[in-house]
Amino acid sequence: MKEIFVLAEHRRSELRDVTFEMLTKGRELSQKINADLTVVLLGHGVNEFAKRLADHAKRVLIVDDPRLENFNSEAYQRVLSHLIPERKPSLTLIGHTAFGVDLAPRLAAELNVPLATDCIGLDFEGEKLVVFRQVYGGKVNVKASLRKSDSYIVTLRPAAFEIQEVKPLGGEIVEIPSPLTEDITYKKFIEFFEPPAGEVDIAAADIIIAVGRGIKDLDNMPVVKKLAEALGGVLACSRPIVDKGWLPSDRQVGTSGKTVKPKLYIAVGISGASQHVSGMKNADLIIAINKDPKAPIFRTADYGVVEDLFKVVPTLTDRILKERISR
Amino acid sequence: MHVTFCVKHVSYSADWEILVDESGKRIKMEDLVFYINEWDDYALEEAVLLKERLGGSVTVVTVGSEEADDTLRKCLARGADRAIRLTDKAFEGSDAYAVAKILHKAVKDLPFDMILTGAQAGDDGYAQVGVVLAELLGIPHTTMVKKIELKEGLARVNRELEGGLEEVVEVKLPAVLAIQTGINEPRYVSIMGIRKAREKEIKVLGLRDLGLKEDEVGESGSWITVEKMFIPPVEKEAEILTGGLDEIAAKVVETLRARGLV
Repeated sequence: MKEIFVLAEHRRSELRDVTFEMLTKGRELSQKINADLTVVLLGHGVNEFAKRLADHAKRVLIVDDPRLENFNSEAYQRVLSHLIPERKPSLTLIGHTAFGVDLAPRLAAELNVPLATDCIGLDFEGEKLVVFRQVYGGKVNVKASLRKSDSYIVTLRPAAFEIQEVKPLGGEIVEIPSPLTEDITYKKFIEFFEPPAGEVDIAAADIIIAVGRGIKDLDNMPVVKKLAEALGGVLACSRPIVDKGWLPSDRQVGTSGKTVKPKLYIAVGISGASQHVSGMKNADLIIAINKDPKAPIFRTADYGVVEDLFKVVPTLTDRILKERISR
Repeated sequence: MHVTFCVKHVSYSADWEILVDESGKRIKMEDLVFYINEWDDYALEEAVLLKERLGGSVTVVTVGSEEADDTLRKCLARGADRAIRLTDKAFEGSDAYAVAKILHKAVKDLPFDMILTGAQAGDDGYAQVGVVLAELLGIPHTTMVKKIELKEGLARVNRELEGGLEEVVEVKLPAVLAIQTGINEPRYVSIMGIRKAREKEIKVLGLRDLGLKEDEVGESGSWITVEKMFIPPVEKEAEILTGGLDEIAAKVVETLRARGLV
């Protein structure tokens, strides 16, 4: 019987959403190629996860080992490079997350199994596996095919696939003895680290003015600060602004920052790469200001302004201030 | 501390419209500006900081055409000691896996305590090269690196996870570290530095110099082949507010007023 593997991702005693996104896509593909959907769950003391996952798949393979308590790509690789050649799944799905990017390329190279990373779509066309990816920060999509093989590994972009609930499947839980024989001394997880919180919690704000790379220079920041003040909102940003040290990291919206859902989100000079969009797409009203009419942000925004931000933002700020005075 | 640093010369996309050419498989490159890959810019700075603190050397390696010399010279000007460009017609069409195989042949005999790469490239975004390279070299690796501390043969690093969380991981050296943006502040290059860098030699190696076979690289040595490139389909499109600046501002305010936001 053919099989599709989904590698469960969990952290700090929680199964992560990407696991269920992969299960949704994995289920669709398993029906198409007539394969069993199998969850691979590595961890320590994770029986509760196994029970929950069993409702989403034909079976759950569980490897319980204290050395798997926290994610370590080397430990995961040793287990998977034992399991994959043994069971020969047609496809192994892994999240394109901080964990997945640390694991998948090395695992694929060791097994010489073709790998496609950060995919937003995939399908079997006959024996051939095709994937869809985004390149150039989401400005261009690619359809690509993988070298023909009887086993593939694909990492899926988080939040690219919508989770679909299913009737509980009551899959079997199969315990696999841990193939780990010794401690991994050359790579060790030490601890989690949470950067200290700042004074403003952007996730609690009703109005967010977010600034991106288009602001160009630290000296230009007052342009957006004034707009935020005029609207009584808080200033947030996309990744490049934090990378440059212009705003603290707790102001960052997106996959590696915060997820926000304000009543109003104005994106200024933000192109709208998926890492940013996944953190703000559920805002009630999104207005984007960007001089590139093809910027991906206009696919998420409700209203768009295709203009030089240095011209339109001051004009808008003045207009808002006048509106406030006149009322 | 001898650091080998792998760099990619990429077209800088954030401010520009990107178009697909007639073949439907490639980007129109003519009008694009090429630059050091954003992630590599931070990895370069980290390499130079390590050298400044601990002594040693920085060797920069790239897979690319002659145009990549711009980026190599920038690396030399910023503090790299020597530069190697891996160029061959047979390398065209290589995916991340094939690029890692090419790099492996070039770096395996260099003296290094650490190999640095960017966590991903801004163009194809595979996020694979450093990790595959570590496997081929048989040394540890870690990715998404936001902080490096060294202690007795170990690198203690902070890795960026999702949602603002980090994890602290220790890897034994030599190791490959794939650097995330924001780890440091990349410096500007002095005019003196650029002048000096022009005089430095860039070593060029090809397929045979590296002992590679044609079917190990290019499309035949790759895992993945591009079939089609296209501008993403529009599922939802913003209503574009048009007119003069005042008119646009008035329309925005009207929208906000209607929702009680101003």
